[in-house]
Amino acid sequence: MPTPTDPGATTPGDRAGGATAAAAGHATRGTAPIIEFRDVEKRFGDNVVLKDLNFHVNKGERVTLIGPSGSGKTTILRLVMTLEEATDGMILIDGDPLTHRIEGGKRVRLSNKEIKKTRTRIGMVFQQFNLFPNMTVIQNITESPIHVLGQSKDEARAKAKDLLHKVGLDDKADAHPSSLSGGQQQRVAIARALAMDPEILLLDEVTSALDPEIVDEVLGILRNIADTTDITMLIVTHEMQFARDVSDRVLMFDGGAIVEDADPHTMFTAPTHDRTKKFLRAVLGEGQIGTR
Amino acid sequence: MLDNLQATAEAWPFLAQGLWVTIQLTVMGSALSLVLAVVLGLMAGASNKALAIPGRIIIEFFRGTSLVVQLFFIFFVLPQFGVELPGMVVGVLALGLNYGAYSAEVVRGSIASVPQGQWEATTALSMSPVHRMRRVIFPQAWALMIPSLATLMVHLLKGTAIVSVILLRDFTFYLDQLTRQTDTFWAYAAVGLVGYFLLALILTLFMNALEARAKHRLGRGPSLREVLSPTPTNKNSLSTAGGGV
Amino acid sequence: MENQRQPWNWDLAFEALPDILLAFLQVTLLVTVVATLIAAVLGLVWAMIIRLAPQPISGIVKWVVSFIRMTPIVVQLLFAYYTFLMFDAIPIGIVVFGIHYSTYMSEVYRAGIDAVPKGQWEATTALSMSTRRTWTAVVIPQALRATVPALGNYAISMFKDTPFLLVIGVVEMVNAAQIFGGNNFRYVEAITLAGIIFLLASYPTSVLVRRLEKRLAYAY
Repeated sequence: MPTPTDPGATTPGDRAGGATAAAAGHATRGTAPIIEFRDVEKRFGDNVVLKDLNFHVNKGERVTLIGPSGSGKTTILRLVMTLEEATDGMILIDGDPLTHRIEGGKRVRLSNKEIKKTRTRIGMVFQQFNLFPNMTVIQNITESPIHVLGQSKDEARAKAKDLLHKVGLDDKADAHPSSLSGGQQQRVAIARALAMDPEILLLDEVTSALDPEIVDEVLGILRNIADTTDITMLIVTHEMQFARDVSDRVLMFDGGAIVEDADPHTMFTAPTHDRTKKFLRAVLGEGQIGTR
Repeated sequence: MLDNLQATAEAWPFLAQGLWVTIQLTVMGSALSLVLAVVLGLMAGASNKALAIPGRIIIEFFRGTSLVVQLFFIFFVLPQFGVELPGMVVGVLALGLNYGAYSAEVVRGSIASVPQGQWEATTALSMSPVHRMRRVIFPQAWALMIPSLATLMVHLLKGTAIVSVILLRDFTFYLDQLTRQTDTFWAYAAVGLVGYFLLALILTLFMNALEARAKHRLGRGPSLREVLSPTPTNKNSLSTAGGGV
Repeated sequence: MENQRQPWNWDLAFEALPDILLAFLQVTLLVTVVATLIAAVLGLVWAMIIRLAPQPISGIVKWVVSFIRMTPIVVQLLFAYYTFLMFDAIPIGIVVFGIHYSTYMSEVYRAGIDAVPKGQWEATTALSMSTRRTWTAVVIPQALRATVPALGNYAISMFKDTPFLLVIGVVEMVNAAQIFGGNNFRYVEAITLAGIIFLLASYPTSVLVRRLEKRLAYAY
């Protein structure tokens, strides 16, 4: 493993630094990591949120991040979405650096154009939906496919209708976001993210702002998407049952570092680390671990 | 009283001319101030320092130096350097620059108060900065800025009354003339202040209508047609925020 | 004139400075300070009448206040000057500015009173405080706190409006500059100086007000 002082050092993945990684580019599909964190550090002022973080997510994998609040889970999603930029280390998407590459031991920021190119491969659904109130539902969904991806209006609309059908909102195409319930708004937000055909979908506590009784309608849609597509998903959630059902892998975070990395069955039935046991006991209740 | 009325009726063609000049100054001055406000507001709010700092300086300069100084500078000083502008242009320029700088602050503030989540969603959808501003952020900021812009436009309308000092024949100029035939109370209060008040009222109603339309587009409050219809609609719904749960 | 096109004449600038500074101190500052005090007091009076007086009175005051607010101070100055012939232009100017800006201040006080939390009113009821004590000991002190920055902002904006006084013949700073320019057939120095003094006086003050605003916002 590379040391913190030498972020350009060789990794077990046999990529000597970002520049060559970028040049070598797309390695073998399928097994290659589509998201790779290399010695990533994120600090806000003096507050170090992530420290020397190394992990990767393979193509098509569904990875859930769990852990107490403030453990840096959401920051990871925000880093991948380029809403924040790492203060050290680098993030690779499909072998290409996301915001910074390392050249001769120095971190160099990519141009906005380069960043944008990678960014279109990534989509995100937010806790607060963030639908655009000045647009109808279908405009929300078609805006970027038309103006960013350059799809024709008809093409984008047809696809949006398809997606609305998928999320069970056929009749809401011309509705205003403000006339929809929270659950409906979140379903539109999911459709909006999918309309961009992302290879990576980031789900940031997508049910936390919803009333308990409508959480399941949103999770059901996400389960369906997980079952019917091969989109890579990086998920932050407090819904442990959902995490168990859709994840290939669960990462337990604490204090900005990975405490435990396991498949969901192991993680939820036989966690090895004390921090994980404690956390799961707190969120699932006493005696819940190992029930399945 | 009858004498006053009669004199006013006789002077009406002139008063109407003056009113027309005042209206032109208000409309063109507001238009110029709006354009400047958007340009300077976007500059001052930009993350790029090469835009933000000049924007800030221009705003503070025109806010800080007083309308009348700007008016006199354009009217008295520029001709000394060979720039002689028609009176109307001088008036519109001074009003537009001064109130444009105030309005720029409103534009900047409104853009800054569009919720963070909206900006983040545009990043997640890979929008370019121009696209984001034009299609998502500005339309939402617009609804926020209209009330303050309306107040500033009423200020601008009131500010037009000073232009008679650079020999423009606006409403106030003809009020001065009217005092020769009527009581000063009649000319300045009953005709002058009431006349300006009515103009301000019309301007305010117009801006209220714009605001209602902008809010309706964001899914808050009734449509303009509903607002203007005689059957009362629930005005409280104007305050419910869109986008929430 | 041979150097008519010369962009800047330092001699003339130094010659103009005393006139302009004198007008600044004797008229502009005087009007701003006294009229601000009038506006601060009268504004509170309007706000209290509108809030507390019985219907016909409060309604009428409300209308008069918005009428004054929505009409030009220039016409108000002309009206007052030619109606109250027994007074000089400067006292007229001070009173008109004071009244005009009091209508803005009354809005500020109204908002300040509205912003006093409901719990405060309920507490005064629970403590059986009289209406008078409720207002003087609880509501007004809290409402006033929030109005200080607004008063500062209006003082600054009044300061920049004082050149309107030239319509009633007051020789304030800009009028003095204009007269000096007219006498010398050259306006650039005098008018620029007036502008610079406005900027030098108003910008630091507005920065101070902004800082005060922030500090007051954190205080509770």
